[in-house]
Amino acid sequence: MKKYAILAAAMAACLTVTGCGAGQNESAAAEDDNTLIVFNYGDYIERSVLDMFEEETGIKVKYEEYVTPEDMYTKYQSGAINYDLICTSDYMIEKMILAGELQKIDTSSMENYDNLDPTYLDFCKSFDPNNEYAVPYFWGTVGICYNTEMVGEEVDSWEILWDENYSDQLIMENSMRDAFIVPLKLMGASINTVDKNELLEAQQMLFDQKKLVMAYLVDESRDAMISGDAAMAVIYSGDATAAMDANEDLDYCVPKEGSNIWFDCWMIPKTAKHKEAAEKFIDFMNRVDVGLMNFDYIYYATPNQAVYEELDDETKEDYTIFPDEETLSKCEVYKYLGEEDERYYNQLWKELKSY
Amino acid sequence: MVKTKSFLQKFYVGLIFTILYAPIAVLIVCSFNASKARTIWGGFTLDWYVQLFQNEAVIDAVKTSLMLTTSAALIATLLGTFACIGMTVMSKRSQAVIGTVTNIPMLNADIVTGIAIMLLFVRFMKLGYTSMLIGHVTLGIPYVILNVNPRLRSASKTTYEAALDLGAGPVYAFIKVVLPELMPGIMAGFLMAFTISLDDFIITYFTKGAGINTISTMLYQEVRRGINPEMYAMSTLLFLAILLILFVVNRIGAKQDEMKVY
Amino acid sequence: MNTNKRKLLTGPYLVWAVGFIILPLLMILYYGLTNDSGSFTLDNLLAIADPIHAKALWESVLIALGSTLISLVIAYPLAYILSNMGGNKSGTIIMLFMLPMWINFLLRIMALQMILANTGILNAILGFFGIGPLHIMYSKTAILIGMVYEYLPFMILPIYNVMCKIDRNVIDAARDLGADTKTVFMHVIMPLSLPGVLSGIIMVFIPGISEFVIADILGGSKVLLIGNVIDQEFSLTNNWHLGSGLSIVLMIFIFISMAIMNKYDKSGEGQMIW
Repeated sequence: MKKYAILAAAMAACLTVTGCGAGQNESAAAEDDNTLIVFNYGDYIERSVLDMFEEETGIKVKYEEYVTPEDMYTKYQSGAINYDLICTSDYMIEKMILAGELQKIDTSSMENYDNLDPTYLDFCKSFDPNNEYAVPYFWGTVGICYNTEMVGEEVDSWEILWDENYSDQLIMENSMRDAFIVPLKLMGASINTVDKNELLEAQQMLFDQKKLVMAYLVDESRDAMISGDAAMAVIYSGDATAAMDANEDLDYCVPKEGSNIWFDCWMIPKTAKHKEAAEKFIDFMNRVDVGLMNFDYIYYATPNQAVYEELDDETKEDYTIFPDEETLSKCEVYKYLGEEDERYYNQLWKELKSY
Repeated sequence: MVKTKSFLQKFYVGLIFTILYAPIAVLIVCSFNASKARTIWGGFTLDWYVQLFQNEAVIDAVKTSLMLTTSAALIATLLGTFACIGMTVMSKRSQAVIGTVTNIPMLNADIVTGIAIMLLFVRFMKLGYTSMLIGHVTLGIPYVILNVNPRLRSASKTTYEAALDLGAGPVYAFIKVVLPELMPGIMAGFLMAFTISLDDFIITYFTKGAGINTISTMLYQEVRRGINPEMYAMSTLLFLAILLILFVVNRIGAKQDEMKVY
Repeated sequence: MNTNKRKLLTGPYLVWAVGFIILPLLMILYYGLTNDSGSFTLDNLLAIADPIHAKALWESVLIALGSTLISLVIAYPLAYILSNMGGNKSGTIIMLFMLPMWINFLLRIMALQMILANTGILNAILGFFGIGPLHIMYSKTAILIGMVYEYLPFMILPIYNVMCKIDRNVIDAARDLGADTKTVFMHVIMPLSLPGVLSGIIMVFIPGISEFVIADILGGSKVLLIGNVIDQEFSLTNNWHLGSGLSIVLMIFIFISMAIMNKYDKSGEGQMIW
């Protein structure tokens, strides 16, 4: 009995000690005026940048994170929290624009907006036709990361993902649209196709491939590549860079058939209560010193020309981060497929997983 | 013969404990690994521990987690234990109904419970610490009841009635006679509620307000770009702290047992 | 009078249960029985007959049953041995089994992955003895190992709890009456420990059947479980109606299997353990 009492006392002590800390959290939630609620992917910012912003502007940032765009959308739609600024990916932005969920961003008064490279703003037009609703933050490609010790040949085509020699050594993307890039591009189709015959053919190719696949992973694929568990993986360029940093046997290629180029952008939802502060924050993110700090931390490609020019030559020439123009010309940006076709896509994906 | 048997028994217990603790050992080793990659040994370092204490976000998350989990488990234990005691004098039918309702949060996939609770809160109150607490208490209660109920059923009614016959009041008799018998069940229930709540991600994610993080929500967000080794360091420290509490409690307990002899 | 007062103790919990269990459940029922336009439909429930969903449920049942069975086989002797070790250690033993669980679930599963991987620790050890390498990672075996690892304490604790409660005098009496160890075990300890076993089975089987995170991480997302389907309907496809409908089916399914389990609860004097 005494033992339990002591244990309970110890627990109670924990409670009172930690009580003060969390209490402050809630009182902070009460003051509402001079704050900015930012919603971003997990670990997708250099944290000290937030402190800098708070110091310079006196605006308090409440920073909130999510895992997938769909998680974000579910939470946004519930209306539980009025986010002022959200960073998310291309197709989700288009979906939200079409649903009338976004406000136009006033870029004319921004000091640093001109730092952005017009090439990438043009890419963004495929989901935001007049560059009104989204300001790009980072971009990247999808390709094959492979272990040169385990793969004896040069990798330049998606076709190698059907090679039986690498049975049980392949990692595919565990994300619906990313997985379909591979067969669609190999067939010569667009990654935004909604043609049922093309999609069914692509699905059949993925069925055939499933017995060769070691695993469908998203983030863990980087570690599996570093440790040499797998010979190759379909992977985001940023993950590939990180993996290649840790294991020098690894290499990355965007296959010759083309691939996907993706953009993560800032946007302001219509329920935002602090639009001006949100615009200040976007402008702040585009400043050269801030952009550099973020680039050094995140290591994805920056659409910011001024930041790019500050980089050393070795980084500039890193084809994993910044692919050449010829490669880029074969890459497509995702488009939102519309509700009906998205549902069809989901069904195909479910069938593949169940196969 | 007896010796081999007792050796086999000890071996078996030892084996299970080894398996149970092997992954923990791996995490502890990782917290001293200079390389950020999980599978490569880059030399011994204490850097992650230093960085851990400089990282306010992590410290805040640990505080929130401990506070949330402890209060949720305490509330769940109180509610659950009282409920069990009250249920003993109810009809079998009501017992069955309550028991069934109790299990609903366990039966449902976590995401369903999480979203359902979120929908409720969005309508009636703001998301914040309170909504998280309510979600966690709800999650923990079934485990308390599952642990206390069998104890209560096998507790002997005769001793309680004997105490009453000897002139003890019902409350006094309960505290002196029934409670000690229930205590292991209550403790197990508390610990399970505590554990479940500490581990939960989905319900926390859907019921939390802006800017609040627990250890779990923080970890899940880090998955996208790789788990920060600071988290291994934090887990190691948390683990050691609990181990220490356990050790101290045990020592004090042992001393008291010794004193009883004299 | 006395019993009425005692009944009141259940009050706070009942209020809680109505507010935070029944009410959310009604919401799920509402979503599950309506479609996008808000009209009544049974389609979301009948969707379980879709071959994909039926197969997912079947796979889930198999995996949950497998991990329950393995846990039971491991846990029962362990609980028996531990309960014989003397009562004053019981608090410590409970703690020792809960302790690993105080490290975050995701971290533990990832550590398990480091052990089981092709180039992992287990294969390094086996390789030292000239065995292997074993390809355990990203298979159903890995999922089973992960689930047993995760849920084992929930099987051990209730059984251990009940075994500690068994009156030593009953065992001694049985021995005095000439029963050998085997008879004592079969006719005294086994029947008396049954409520604990049932609690354990429930605590492992139920979370097991809607499990999907372990299957994703250790199974490489190659198997589609019913938990995956429900999760994706909520978080990916945003079809809450279908997700709720399938959850209802899953709940009904679990209720039926528990009802069947309770039929075998001979010790229970007709009470429901749940």
